Amino acid sequence: MEETKLTSKQFLNELTAKHYDGALQAKAEGKPVAWAVSISPQELFETLDMHVVYPENHAAAIGARKEAMKFIDHAEGIGYSADICSYARINMAYTDIPHAEAQDIPLPDVVLCSANICTTVMKWWENLAKKLRVPLVFIDTPFNHTYEVPDHAVEYLRGQFESAIKQLEDFSGKRFDFDKLGEVMKLSNATCQWWKAATDLAQFTPSPLNGFDMFNYMAIMVCMRGNADGHKLFKLWYEELLAKKEAGLGPWSSAEEKYRIMWDGIACWPHLSTTFKTLKKYGINMVTSTYPESWNVRYETNDLTGMARAYTVNYANRNLDFGTDYLKKLVDQFNLDGVLYHSNRSCKLMDFRQYEVRRRVEAMTGIPTTMFDGDQTDPRSFSEAQYETRVQGLVEMMDKRKAAGR
Amino acid sequence: MFLGIDIGSSSSKVALMNDKKELVATAVVNKGTGTDGVHSALEQAFLKAGITKEDVQFSVVTGYGRVTYKDADKQITELTCHAKGVAYLIPGARTIVDIGGQDAKVIKLNEKGEMINFGMNEKCAAGTGRFLEVMARVLGCGLGDLSDLAQKSDKTVSISSVCTVFAESEVISQLATGETPANVARGAHVSVSKRVAGMCNRVGVEPTVVMTGGVALNADMVRCLSNELSSPVTAAPNCQAVGAIGASVAAYETFMARREQ
Repeated sequence: MEETKLTSKQFLNELTAKHYDGALQAKAEGKPVAWAVSISPQELFETLDMHVVYPENHAAAIGARKEAMKFIDHAEGIGYSADICSYARINMAYTDIPHAEAQDIPLPDVVLCSANICTTVMKWWENLAKKLRVPLVFIDTPFNHTYEVPDHAVEYLRGQFESAIKQLEDFSGKRFDFDKLGEVMKLSNATCQWWKAATDLAQFTPSPLNGFDMFNYMAIMVCMRGNADGHKLFKLWYEELLAKKEAGLGPWSSAEEKYRIMWDGIACWPHLSTTFKTLKKYGINMVTSTYPESWNVRYETNDLTGMARAYTVNYANRNLDFGTDYLKKLVDQFNLDGVLYHSNRSCKLMDFRQYEVRRRVEAMTGIPTTMFDGDQTDPRSFSEAQYETRVQGLVEMMDKRKAAGR
Repeated sequence: MFLGIDIGSSSSKVALMNDKKELVATAVVNKGTGTDGVHSALEQAFLKAGITKEDVQFSVVTGYGRVTYKDADKQITELTCHAKGVAYLIPGARTIVDIGGQDAKVIKLNEKGEMINFGMNEKCAAGTGRFLEVMARVLGCGLGDLSDLAQKSDKTVSISSVCTVFAESEVISQLATGETPANVARGAHVSVSKRVAGMCNRVGVEPTVVMTGGVALNADMVRCLSNELSSPVTAAPNCQAVGAIGASVAAYETFMARREQ
């Protein structure tokens, strides 16, 4: 009998289940489980065969499943301010109410914080370690205030990787196998290459990629980029998108791509369907964001310094000049008609500079942009009517620009 | 005849334009989306113009209630409609500040009167007409009396520009400690102006600045905004109906463009 080939979407769902089942199973067998920040050096865990769960992924799943308020109410009740990141509120609450319809995760035996995506994670992870009485492996990744990442920042980070390796060796009682690390590095880079190649196919008009799919596939980039399953998934996804592109197919079968925009910021998980459908209704495809590059963690195999550099160069850790130049590059590469900024109440790091980024990118490119208020998982910060008016306003400006032949 | 309808959160506005692009009638009814306000406004406007519904060649609906209103030929955002309305009424205007019931927006126009950028308030009533409604209620005066009251002030009382609910309790305690209603009213205007000016600065202010929406009826508020922006601010004529007038301009333009094709 001929085996039916899995689609990447089916495989994505299988891998998500496998990832969480594996962690729950490990915990049940008395093996240690770690919690880590989204862009963490997963290579270290893969080398030590440790199971890792990513609280940000988990909180996003809870948000998408519309059960965030149960956790948010609890977190605010025990004293976490509504102004703190909603991923943090949900995750801290989960340590008290360890059950979610979306997905259960095992509580950690060790937590690893890599501060290359924001500064809230420092206190969040410290609190986890203190509350759950587990060791904290802390990887300090200073914000890059200069345009280029300075060598001393890279050296500083490499030193911390070495120290984290020692800490994890002590914790696990296993010797860290550098030959195996080399293999993991090789595979991780190959996975990142497929991820980047797949998301880059959105540069074609029409884009074969529906950008909201990128939000979903990204979860596996977070947790499985260093293993064979993740590698297989992103290669398959690339092949599917390439076939669509070769066939001249756009992002959706039921509508045509009329406008191409960038989405700045994290998804609005509790209102994912509304935010997606409103854009699609006007023929707007979100073709890119800063995420494709953030998970394109690339370096030479067996080069720990190169790996350190790769973990400090992501958009969220770069200065304003670099950020605006990067967005301008995306406008050109992806042939964008507009930019939609998600003013995400949770994410201070991204929001504090968003007005200025927006002003500069508008001045540099001339393309229209708009901004809406929302939150990555707190459903209370979003208003559907306000979102629709801003999106429709963006469409009216994009139409004017197209009519003028620009 | 070309019909523009603007269904806001607290009022319904209608404008009629003839085929010479002349404004024939406007009507404003202080009942917004989800009420019969729009029907009353339509009746009033038809009566003033001496026409019936059948004389309408094309209609455009805008405003918060546009999505649920089914009888118009086209729907456009209030952003573009305010831009068109102001460009029609005050050619050469480059910045529009519209403060309505629950929305405050700043719209930047190019030299052709087309919208090139906009900013809108957060999911929050501070800096909107609703904030002034709450203030008027606490001060025990009508919304229409706030301007006269504030003009009798001899100083500005500081009121939080961050939250309407906190501002309300702040005002109550200010009054309890003996501040005059006039000074508090002025404080409320300055509070809204500061909030809106922040938004203006993000979008970029260029003269001429025109204020639209019901809050532009409040002369003291217009003056306070002008002070905050350090730029003259002109209140649009027929300020509440500017969105509806813009919608009627859009109806006229859409109809003419389709006829040419």
